[in-house]
Amino acid sequence: MAERSFKKEVEHLRLGAGETFTGEGILAITKALLECGVGYVGGYQGAPISHLMDVLADAEDLLTELNVRFEANASEAAAAAMLAASVHYPIRGAVTFKGPVGVNVAADALANLSSSGVTGGALVIVGEDYGEGSSIMQERSHSFAMKSQFWMLDPRPNLPSIVKMVEQGFALSEASNTPVMLMVRIRSCHVTGSFETRDNMRPALSVKDALVNPRRDFSRVVLPPMSYIHEQDKITKRWPAAEKYITENGLNEQFGPPQAPIGIAVQGGMYNNVIRALQRLGLANSFGDTDVPLYVLNVTYPLVKDEFLTFCQGKSGVLVVEEGQPEFIEQGFATLLNRAGNSTKLYGKNVLPMAGEYTGQAMLQGLTAFLHKAAPDMLADNLRSPNAPVTPIPDLSKTVPIRPPGFCTGCPERPIFAALKLVEQERGQHQISGDIGCHLFASLPPFEIGGSTMGYGLGPASNAAFDGGGEKRAISIIGDGGFWHNGLSSSIGNLVFNKSDTVTVIVDNFYSAATGGQDVLSSPNDNASKSTKHPIAAALKGVGVEWIRQIDHTYDVTKVRAVLQEALSADYDGPKVIVASSECMLNKQRREKPARTDAIQQGRRVEVPRFGVDSDICTGDHACIRLSGCPSLSLKHLKDPLRDDPVAHIDQTCVGCGNCGEVADAAILCPSFYRVEVVHNAGAFERLRAGVTTKVIGWLQNRRLHKQLEFAEDQT
Amino acid sequence: MNTSDQIIKLAIMAVGGQGGGVMANWVETTARACGYAVQATSVAGVAQRTGATIYYLEMAPQQGRMQVFSQAPSAGDVDILVAAEWMEAGRAILRGFVTPDRTTLIASTHRALAVSEKSVPGDGIANAGEVSAAAEIAARQLIMFDMEETALSVGSVISASLFGALAGSGALPFPRDAFEQAIQVSGKGVEKSLLAFDCGFAKALQEEAEQEATNLAPQLHPRGPAHMVVEWQNLAAELEILPASLREILMAGLRKTVDFQDISYGREYLARIKAVLQHDTAARDYLLTQEAAKHIANAMAYDDLIRVAGLKTRAARFVRIEAEMKPGADNLMKVTEFMHPRAAEIVGLLPAGFGQKCSENPKTMARIDRLFNKARRLRSNGLFAFLQLYTLGGMRKWRLRSFRHAMEVEHMNRWLETALGHAEKRYDLAVELIRCRRLIKGYSDTHSRGQSKFDKVLEGINLVAERKDAADWAKRLRDAALQDEKSEALDGALKTLRSFA
Repeated sequence: MAERSFKKEVEHLRLGAGETFTGEGILAITKALLECGVGYVGGYQGAPISHLMDVLADAEDLLTELNVRFEANASEAAAAAMLAASVHYPIRGAVTFKGPVGVNVAADALANLSSSGVTGGALVIVGEDYGEGSSIMQERSHSFAMKSQFWMLDPRPNLPSIVKMVEQGFALSEASNTPVMLMVRIRSCHVTGSFETRDNMRPALSVKDALVNPRRDFSRVVLPPMSYIHEQDKITKRWPAAEKYITENGLNEQFGPPQAPIGIAVQGGMYNNVIRALQRLGLANSFGDTDVPLYVLNVTYPLVKDEFLTFCQGKSGVLVVEEGQPEFIEQGFATLLNRAGNSTKLYGKNVLPMAGEYTGQAMLQGLTAFLHKAAPDMLADNLRSPNAPVTPIPDLSKTVPIRPPGFCTGCPERPIFAALKLVEQERGQHQISGDIGCHLFASLPPFEIGGSTMGYGLGPASNAAFDGGGEKRAISIIGDGGFWHNGLSSSIGNLVFNKSDTVTVIVDNFYSAATGGQDVLSSPNDNASKSTKHPIAAALKGVGVEWIRQIDHTYDVTKVRAVLQEALSADYDGPKVIVASSECMLNKQRREKPARTDAIQQGRRVEVPRFGVDSDICTGDHACIRLSGCPSLSLKHLKDPLRDDPVAHIDQTCVGCGNCGEVADAAILCPSFYRVEVVHNAGAFERLRAGVTTKVIGWLQNRRLHKQLEFAEDQT
Repeated sequence: MNTSDQIIKLAIMAVGGQGGGVMANWVETTARACGYAVQATSVAGVAQRTGATIYYLEMAPQQGRMQVFSQAPSAGDVDILVAAEWMEAGRAILRGFVTPDRTTLIASTHRALAVSEKSVPGDGIANAGEVSAAAEIAARQLIMFDMEETALSVGSVISASLFGALAGSGALPFPRDAFEQAIQVSGKGVEKSLLAFDCGFAKALQEEAEQEATNLAPQLHPRGPAHMVVEWQNLAAELEILPASLREILMAGLRKTVDFQDISYGREYLARIKAVLQHDTAARDYLLTQEAAKHIANAMAYDDLIRVAGLKTRAARFVRIEAEMKPGADNLMKVTEFMHPRAAEIVGLLPAGFGQKCSENPKTMARIDRLFNKARRLRSNGLFAFLQLYTLGGMRKWRLRSFRHAMEVEHMNRWLETALGHAEKRYDLAVELIRCRRLIKGYSDTHSRGQSKFDKVLEGINLVAERKDAADWAKRLRDAALQDEKSEALDGALKTLRSFA
């Protein structure tokens, strides 16, 4: 069950011609696909396009109605491979995944697809995970387009432009027999706005129809000598065809006065931020009417030579606004200018930052620097030489703490890493590799477990150098998502094959949790359209793992610790794999909370757990926090002049997972924690017993007060 | 000059899970209903897993043509900044999103502590006052109060009270109904959200001075047999002859020691204080005694099984738990304790001489461990477990003869002797040495770790005791010891110290 349901929103996907759609970017993209007569869709979840996969999954009824096949692919490579359907058949297909890590995984299939060329329009929608909010290394997907010769679209970030580029992307792909990548940046995926819809269109040829009349053509297969012909084709046929289509259909846009001494060439996705900088410089109005000519590249690859050279005519300087590095577009334009013997001066990374996101501030400074150099007359006087003093604001850089992401309240992975930290306290530090997924948060304080992440499903593989065993065994972490994505073969299979003397912990939270809780093969729940409930342990046995320990309740820290100890000391020199399974708490709460509320309302007996800390017993050492980091376990200052340090405190967001108590037990911390179960709708006997107990306890407490002095706040 | 001034720019900075997205939706709905063109953006991804996160909206009256909206906030160009947590307000100021020429800052003063703040063994909580000082300067209009508490008090979540404060601030040109209507149409938890909205709205209109600022210690009163209360009053009266500036802390110390044992134990506390006072002087504001009053009380009221069991079984505790858990009138509560006594705690209860002997014999300790060292879950409001704890908590009379008590007294005497030995010549050093007692806390391993840090610090101080800056070094070592668990900072500081001492 995915984190966010789009069941309500997908109804808007049925809107017809002339109606207005208002909503998020990802829904607009889905609607555009349907309007374009797409025949099949697929992909692999990952920010920022996770929700696009969720939308597609939630729209499955509509897709079926329209004869559109939807596949939740096993990985980005699998998704890209699915586009093979458009090689021989005139069927439009679209897949989605994140860039550039997803594109990395998909690179093999994308390269083969690009070599073969396509008959039906093939669109890859890439959510470019770059800049603020990104969870991955900072690179660009752009270079993949350059090396494999497929086309890259980067539309202006408003819904009408994005929708139009989906439509044009298919047409461009078909006109040039080349797959097309449509890039949407983090904020564009969730940008809200409106556009006018058209009717949805069934595919002219559905995948089912295609199966009736299969086609093949060996000239499209990537084998010599055809592969050599493919390479020539890309340059002599497909590229010119693409240039022609782009120019004739005005895919790139120009704004501003036709004649001006300077101009700006900008990636479509950067357009709004350039306009904002121009607005702040007084050079554009709120509707984007600009004094500086703009050449907006909704297609960032290939660069269209004639268009660009014409734009440069009569201009002494042109700025290229291109986010990220290296500056592929700037280099391309420089080559074009140089070969044409054009003297227009090119600006780019010399006035804008080479690396890092083009924030509003970076853009404003870059444009100001450009204007200073290329057209100082256009800058208002106060910008040319500002003299108004700025109010100094106290520097808070040493005050405000960093706040990296971490495990959610009640996360079942927390106790696994608490146990691992305790094991390391006893046995010393170990070589530990991480993987991709929520469990990578363990590499941050307070756990600081795991020192690398090399790719999805590659946790154990990245420990291969340490596979031979030694005084201490290397430990690898991998999630259930990574396990099914790539880990079973690349990591686990090879542990067996290489007789690896290591320990692997599979963190099984029942879903692909970090990307929003999508189901995987081993999810224990039913899924109407997918086959689930395939246990990880069975797959392990299948590939030949002999030493397997299954933990079904990760919150039992003492047990997890014992199993880890066993794995690290077992007299067995093959791979030792621990499957630590407990449900993602976000998903669990989403399911159980409403059910619990219902049960309480219906008068059924329900126990709701929550933890607390006795502040007079807690001594304020915070050892419990160093084994937890739970958001609900925090600190508070006591209003007691005798106490210097704040004591632990658990707030109302606690879900009663039990980690605190278990850790206090396992690490023998302190007796301050207590668990309270609030019993709703208790039966008559239970009430009677509780009443009698309370009376007896009250009598005992009173009795003691006759013998000793205690201090307490007045209780009214 | 800035032609985008007709566009209202609003950023929401929150901690993942606070409902920033819900609030962004409400704002968007409100603005659309009022005839505005709106664009909202957010950053998805792992930032939403309890990390710092940001939502950004731009809006302008619809004019037949589409405005060009920016996708991210820019330093110096934000009209309204909503911060759902106080350090996130600080982060907004740090990033330049709050500027005196234009920004209305609406921020909740409550704290959601970052891991780096709460994992420190001492007090690592960031200084909220610095953010307040910066906010006063940076914001054009400032609305700050505890919006988390405001929402919780009516059973809602902070997004609703923030939304109310936003409406109440008047920073958006929309009528109150439009805001409330947005909550209505969102259709989830409407009733409580509207309540929290109303509170947030009202508080945004209040003057700052009206906001409560109570930070008084709770009033503690003696409860027990009448003759003991009288004895207590007599004992407390003895404080009257002591310097006035010491009375508050001494009263707290006296309460703690009496509560721990009995009246005569309190008397012993007072005697120890008086001994310290002889080394002290009014010229120093009795700083030494002030600190000693705190740390001697804590040392005397050490955490043994008797104290823990006693506290766990008190009536006041159950009342407090009920107040915190709010189980509801018709519901029952089951309270479970997580205890894990080891041989050391058991042996601590034995008579001093016998306990000493046992503790010196590893075999005996191992045997006792086998018998007792295991996790115990005790249903403390069930009769059986309550009786166990109650009996243990009733062993106060026995305590003063126990091995643990002998150890504590011995340790305390050594510490006080060392500290007071310096009082005449190096008063500041004596104060710092007294303060080192703060290092000893916790139970089991934590307690031993604290003890070893304490010993290390004292040993280090010993090396430099003759230097003029000995007190500074003592403070530096103590602070280092409180910085991290593994005492890396302390070891580093000690290494520096040894290089010249």
